[in-house]
Amino acid sequence: MNALAAAAVKSGVLLFLLLTACAYMTLLERRLLAKFQIRYGPNRVGPFGLLQPLADGIKLIFKEDFAPARVDLVVYWLAPAISMVTALFVYAVIPFGPQLYLANVDVGILIVLAASSVGVYGVILGGWSSNNKYSLLGSLRSSAQLISYELALSFAVISVVLTAGSLSLVEIVNAQARVWFVVLQPVAFVSFLIAAVAETNRAPFDLPEAEQELIAGYQTEYGGFKFAMFYIGEYVAIVTMSALVTTLFWGGWHGPFLPGVVWFALKMFAFIFFFVWIRATLPRVRHDQLMAFGWKVLVPLGLLNVVITAIIVVLLQ
Amino acid sequence: MGARRVRKYLRQGFAMLKGMAVTFRYLFRPPITVMYPEQKRPAVQPRFKGRHWLTLYEDTMERCVGCELCVIVCPSQAIYVKAAENTPEHQVSKGERYAEDFQINELRCIFCGLCEEACPTGAIVLGREYELAGYTRESMIYTKPMLTEPYPGASGRDPKREV
Repeated sequence: MNALAAAAVKSGVLLFLLLTACAYMTLLERRLLAKFQIRYGPNRVGPFGLLQPLADGIKLIFKEDFAPARVDLVVYWLAPAISMVTALFVYAVIPFGPQLYLANVDVGILIVLAASSVGVYGVILGGWSSNNKYSLLGSLRSSAQLISYELALSFAVISVVLTAGSLSLVEIVNAQARVWFVVLQPVAFVSFLIAAVAETNRAPFDLPEAEQELIAGYQTEYGGFKFAMFYIGEYVAIVTMSALVTTLFWGGWHGPFLPGVVWFALKMFAFIFFFVWIRATLPRVRHDQLMAFGWKVLVPLGLLNVVITAIIVVLLQ
Repeated sequence: MGARRVRKYLRQGFAMLKGMAVTFRYLFRPPITVMYPEQKRPAVQPRFKGRHWLTLYEDTMERCVGCELCVIVCPSQAIYVKAAENTPEHQVSKGERYAEDFQINELRCIFCGLCEEACPTGAIVLGREYELAGYTRESMIYTKPMLTEPYPGASGRDPKREV
């Protein structure tokens, strides 16, 4: 009973932190993009625009709850919820510090991958239920992209799992006490990073919401807080991917002098910055380029990396 | 995979890194935009097309002769002119007629400047004021007292100029 209560409190705190972090992630991104484009960005609401996410949230909540004609209402409502819940769910297994995690599951990394796979349903169902051709096309593209790049992502993860000898994220971090996996697995790191950008539908792989072609993709018909839920899902996914890169390749909480949580936060922030930096730099790729790159470069490379890693691991035993 | 292909991919990858370096440098530049309502740029270009003015001659005689060419040429039909005859006792402009009433709907106007081009006396000009917001639609229909410049040359145009 006590354990249950403790878990509930921990989840509550984590949920609050995550949603706040994700709200401020939007502000950070807008301010950073502005800096990259040598403008000011949102700086009116509160000092440095710090209350902007709050204002956005209030605005979105108070918007009319509108559903277009002939949508599949249940699915239409379910899709953003799936998107958001699966994105948040992953944090149950991510270790922020030596003792700071909600659950140390033996197959932690599998839970992460499974949750992000279920997250694809949010995209597909959202596009399908909207009764709009742009939504449908956007969701088709999006799911094609997510499924292809999840493969590359998984291969990179498997290489790490082989190196660490465990599926538990805590164990993976512990295995990096001496040397971080970015040194041992540079190929896996790079392909993970690319696949992570594609997984989160971010520029330069933001084809599902290519506004020149598809208006807003699968979320065209969404407004108000349902739209916000899709966006929370997307931004939480960015934070997730940053946390995962940190955990899998950059030694998680390991680092000299500072406490583990601080190191984890710093590394995570560096990757969040990296996400915004890429968005500010690289133009969007074409859909056929995206698919060709995923299937013809990343997947074979990841496969090769897994095989080589496996051979080396066996030889070292 | 041939060596040329590998070189090509390496070059492309390097180009991406170079792009990243460029954007990173831009991160430390001061913004070139201004905090608008508090801070404004010195002035717009002289040829800027902003708020309309009905200009006067140096002797405060009105330039407009009520010919309604601007009304005819206006593509968004934003101008209304009611002309009246000049009389020796009541000489408003230098022609036979003058504009008794002159209204421009600033909400309809597209600031194309055709009225300025059509005007045979150079009466109607587009000024440099660009802050033209209002709270009601009615307040955006500028009437003749609002459009006529308060003194010759107030619009920024030379009152001595000949068209």
